[in-house]
Amino acid sequence: MNITEKILAKSSDKPKLEPGDVIFANIDKVMLHDVSGPGVIKTFEKLENDGVVKIDKLFDPSMIWVTEDHFVPSVDKISAQNITKLSNFTNKFGIKKHFKYGMGQYGICHSMSHEEGLVAPGELYVGGDSHTNTTGALGAFACGLGHTDIAYAILKGRLWFKVPETLYFKLDGKLPDGVMAKDYILKIIGDITTEGGAGKAMQFGGSGIADMSVESRLTLTNMTTEAGAKNGIVEPDQKVFDYIEKRGITEYEPVFGDDDAQYEKTFEYEASELEPLVAKPFSPDNVSVVRETSGIELDKSYIGSCTGAKYEDLLAAAKILKGNTVKIRTEVLPATISIYKKATQDGLTQIFIDAGAVVGPPTCGACCGAQMGVLDKDEVCVSTTNRNFPGRMGHIESKTYLASPLVAAASAITGKLTDSRDL
Amino acid sequence: MKGKVIKYAQDNIDTDVILPGPYLKLHEHAELAEHAMEGLDPEFHSKVKNANIIVTGNNFGCGSSREHAPIALSASGIEAVLALSFARIFYRNSVDGAYLLPIEIDEKTYSSISENDELEIDTNDNSIKNLTKNESYSMKPFPELIKKIIDAGGLFRYNE
Repeated sequence: MNITEKILAKSSDKPKLEPGDVIFANIDKVMLHDVSGPGVIKTFEKLENDGVVKIDKLFDPSMIWVTEDHFVPSVDKISAQNITKLSNFTNKFGIKKHFKYGMGQYGICHSMSHEEGLVAPGELYVGGDSHTNTTGALGAFACGLGHTDIAYAILKGRLWFKVPETLYFKLDGKLPDGVMAKDYILKIIGDITTEGGAGKAMQFGGSGIADMSVESRLTLTNMTTEAGAKNGIVEPDQKVFDYIEKRGITEYEPVFGDDDAQYEKTFEYEASELEPLVAKPFSPDNVSVVRETSGIELDKSYIGSCTGAKYEDLLAAAKILKGNTVKIRTEVLPATISIYKKATQDGLTQIFIDAGAVVGPPTCGACCGAQMGVLDKDEVCVSTTNRNFPGRMGHIESKTYLASPLVAAASAITGKLTDSRDL
Repeated sequence: MKGKVIKYAQDNIDTDVILPGPYLKLHEHAELAEHAMEGLDPEFHSKVKNANIIVTGNNFGCGSSREHAPIALSASGIEAVLALSFARIFYRNSVDGAYLLPIEIDEKTYSSISENDELEIDTNDNSIKNLTKNESYSMKPFPELIKKIIDAGGLFRYNE
């Protein structure tokens, strides 16, 4: 069995599983945020009113953690009410791990999962958000779900899964200068399309992965969601163990695929052949080489989100922006307070501000069109985020080009889509 | 079930257009219904007065995990979506939350059905009758567990 099959087998007490098998599996960790949390609360209210279940206690409050990220700071009365509801809920059911806006460490749920060491290798983790796939870079089975499933998971500690087929991406070689993990995953999505991984596991391995930082791997698994995948995953190695041990996880049971692990299909990539890429409107698989789109005029550069505002992403952007001045609106939103703090200690925040950019609080913000810099009609944005469907970041006729932090920073300086190597 | 069709002859209708991001803070089903398909079809609300089935292409419901999307459609009166394929979370949310039937159809069925056709769908024998055109099609049968969850009325009503 491969790593995905082995984690599902372990969690369902089955000696062997094959793609297509349907199982009920035990859940190790569950995440809710200020959108899926109130959704779960509403689901429970409805079920109780209909007399389907009585909810006195949850399966195990210690397996649950909660973030506030989509509508913080609260944008209006409804979003403020959702935050209050969430606090009442975590108080009532004894959920201790509730990371609140303005109370120390908090941030975007997926970034919190690795920054805070909330999920360990070998675990089965589900979250009420589609980019839950991100955390698979730590060697966990990580999968996004809706309110009803998350409600079921926290009440019963179990959920059904169909064992996915696995696509294996063998990545070799070192990334050339100017190229980041974001370019790698855009290349892959461009090749296999937004349906290419539908319902499947996407596993990454090879010498390129061994060479890559944990944060870069997280960029790859994050956007497996854009290929339609059930989960993205990387077999854990010493880099992962060092990463999580620094964050306080000392007891864990990593899972590795067997030597004879099967994959539905294997794709091979060589890093030295990659170039900086963008996904043009209106789909993450509408991919072009940056140099072929260089003339495109921009209104804004957005450096944020779970996929594009980790420390490494901010460091890449700061290297480009240092000593330069932005020509277009440029917004930098570190993904968590811990990242914000490190960026400030290391002088990155100062570089952004000196360049004329604004540095905002951690939030999903404009990535999902919620707040903090949404786009007007016809506005054009280069963004380190993960989706560019119509209206994703604001007006239905706004346009988003998805790119790496290097490209977003270089483009901020020129006001046009720019390969950082051409500055 | 029986009803009339709204057809969107396109692939990859994503959750950002089915229920746009700014409304994720809403959780009352009736309020979500007001914004259903806001990013795709301004006429949806007038169309859905006389129709309860959507027919569409591949990868319907791709994008986010928001359960708001099937809720908004269901609370607007949509009872079934017939698509060439579905994004996995939309499909799962529709079934586990018992909002609507996500039914997979083949290319021939997809191209045969037109806007405003009246269909009769039977999930027990996997048949679709087009009463307007006097044609019959088949749907892809639901996998065993999915059928049981649908018949139970959602995941919480299903007995493991």
